[in-house]
Amino acid sequence: MRKGIKNWGPPLLLVSPTIVILGIFVYGLIAANIQVSMSNRHGLAPATEFVGLDNYIELLSEDRFLHSLLNLAVFTVVFIAGTMVFGFIWAWLLDKGVRAEGIFRSIYLFPMAISFVASGVVWRWLLNSAEGDRASGLNRIFETFGLGFLQNSWWNEPIWGMAAIAMPAIWQLSGYIMALFLAGFRGIPDELREAARMDGASEWKLYRHVVFPQLSPIALSALIIVSHMSLKVFDLIMSITKAIYQTEVPATYMWVTLTSNDYAKSAAIATVLLILASVLIVPYLIYTSRSERGTR
Amino acid sequence: MTSTMSPQVSTGIEKKPAAATPGSLTPRARIGRTTKYVLLLLFVIVVLMPVYVLIVTSLKPPGDVNPATSWGLPVRWPWEPITPGGPTGLDNWSAAWTALAPALGRTFLLAIPAALVSSFLGSLNGFVLSRWRFPHANIVFTLILFGMFIPYQAIMTPLVQMKTTLGMPSTISTLLIVHIIYGLPICTLIFRNYYVSIPGELMEASRVDGAGMLRTYASIVLPLSLPGFVVTIIWQFTSAWNDFLFAMFLSDTANGPVSLALNNLAQGAQLANYGAAMAGALIASLPTLLVYIILGKYFIGGLMSGSVKS
Repeated sequence: MRKGIKNWGPPLLLVSPTIVILGIFVYGLIAANIQVSMSNRHGLAPATEFVGLDNYIELLSEDRFLHSLLNLAVFTVVFIAGTMVFGFIWAWLLDKGVRAEGIFRSIYLFPMAISFVASGVVWRWLLNSAEGDRASGLNRIFETFGLGFLQNSWWNEPIWGMAAIAMPAIWQLSGYIMALFLAGFRGIPDELREAARMDGASEWKLYRHVVFPQLSPIALSALIIVSHMSLKVFDLIMSITKAIYQTEVPATYMWVTLTSNDYAKSAAIATVLLILASVLIVPYLIYTSRSERGTR
Repeated sequence: MTSTMSPQVSTGIEKKPAAATPGSLTPRARIGRTTKYVLLLLFVIVVLMPVYVLIVTSLKPPGDVNPATSWGLPVRWPWEPITPGGPTGLDNWSAAWTALAPALGRTFLLAIPAALVSSFLGSLNGFVLSRWRFPHANIVFTLILFGMFIPYQAIMTPLVQMKTTLGMPSTISTLLIVHIIYGLPICTLIFRNYYVSIPGELMEASRVDGAGMLRTYASIVLPLSLPGFVVTIIWQFTSAWNDFLFAMFLSDTANGPVSLALNNLAQGAQLANYGAAMAGALIASLPTLLVYIILGKYFIGGLMSGSVKS
């Protein structure tokens, strides 16, 4: 690499607008957010005091916020499990050679193209909690097929309601996980499978010792992607239930506090979200940038 | 980057030749094959179920929308009124259109420029970061990427305050700026990975010929960039079109994009006007669905490279 400002000056100049813009709008605003979260700005009046971690301590001892974290945890577990399972099954079925693969693939993937707001319109109806004669949506299907015992109040159920909210999210993103896994399956050289078969490996052993190890980096990325999407879930909840207590997650709670002008509190909720996301993302970024340097 | 994050325009999931010829199958393999197709079709039905509901409900006049028949096909033609001169299924569509049309126009004015500007800046950044080294370029790149992963809530409070302080309007123009800015990381990533895959000799040759950096970009790199642009434009277009978070915080229903207008149409909808809400959902999804259908192959590529922003 040639050294000197003559060589790196112009390229740096060219990316500097982006560096400046993101410096302000990502890092600057994150810093500003933390600053607000440590102030007593709970209304329209400007902050008068630095209160340190008081807002955080208050938040973490507040039942409502803990409830939103619990909701988020339930949602996350169901959402991750659902997308990973469906995504994997679909990719696995398609990988084995299927006629009209392109059509199946496109159908499984298409929900990804539409917004949560649009899909929320129909899912709100599918997850209608009315039962018996007034049942519509999924409850009506259960009723019709004599599966009445499956009818339930969906998202109105206090604890498991969040699992119901995860259904539309699973519907929307499983196809995407399928695409990732399918790319993973296709990335395994045929020779590798053939060699294992030649050695007399059973189908199961082939998967256990050849396919799964090759898929694990993809599975890790998929896991990171869905879990960090899950942390941010907002659109879906707003469009299915609006911002209500039963289905509250940190992102919607933050909206409620910000729109009631409690800036310090909304900023504190947002920082908690950022920390949760960073716990996932930072090791991932470090890992990918390291493994990339290794391949050069 | 791992393979999941590389924007190969080839999607990595190209079709495989179908398995063994049907004639040579053992009974057991035949059962396996049948099970496979039955499962695949079952999943197709599950995935398409919400779409079926959207379509049939949108075609029923309010009086025909009844929980007991909610899964049934419409009992009359969409243009046939229940009583003479009464509402028809088509009224849902015209009501939805009236409610959404202005917002649809505004959303095009948001999504198209947002896609073009972020893509262009992303292509410049990607070009630099893939070929031209400057001190700590890797750290800069990682810091740019981080901007793609953050929950936008983490910047929303000061952003809303900033908007108020600067007196920025609750309209599309404010959203446009925001989408351009927060689209930069993903576009940079996509182009950077794309340019890494272009042979370096091409650019070396132009450098030997005495072309400067900008000259090399304009005459060598830009003409090769179409596949990258297709991916970033699709990605930015769909994410700006489908955005609800920024729209909700930074604009208002009367001046905002289609996601807000649709939410307004659908929220508080009683059983009676579910039809209009569902017609509205279909109308609002049409542009991104068209992108998906026409540019399906690149759409997948876009998803893979943009996997992480949402």
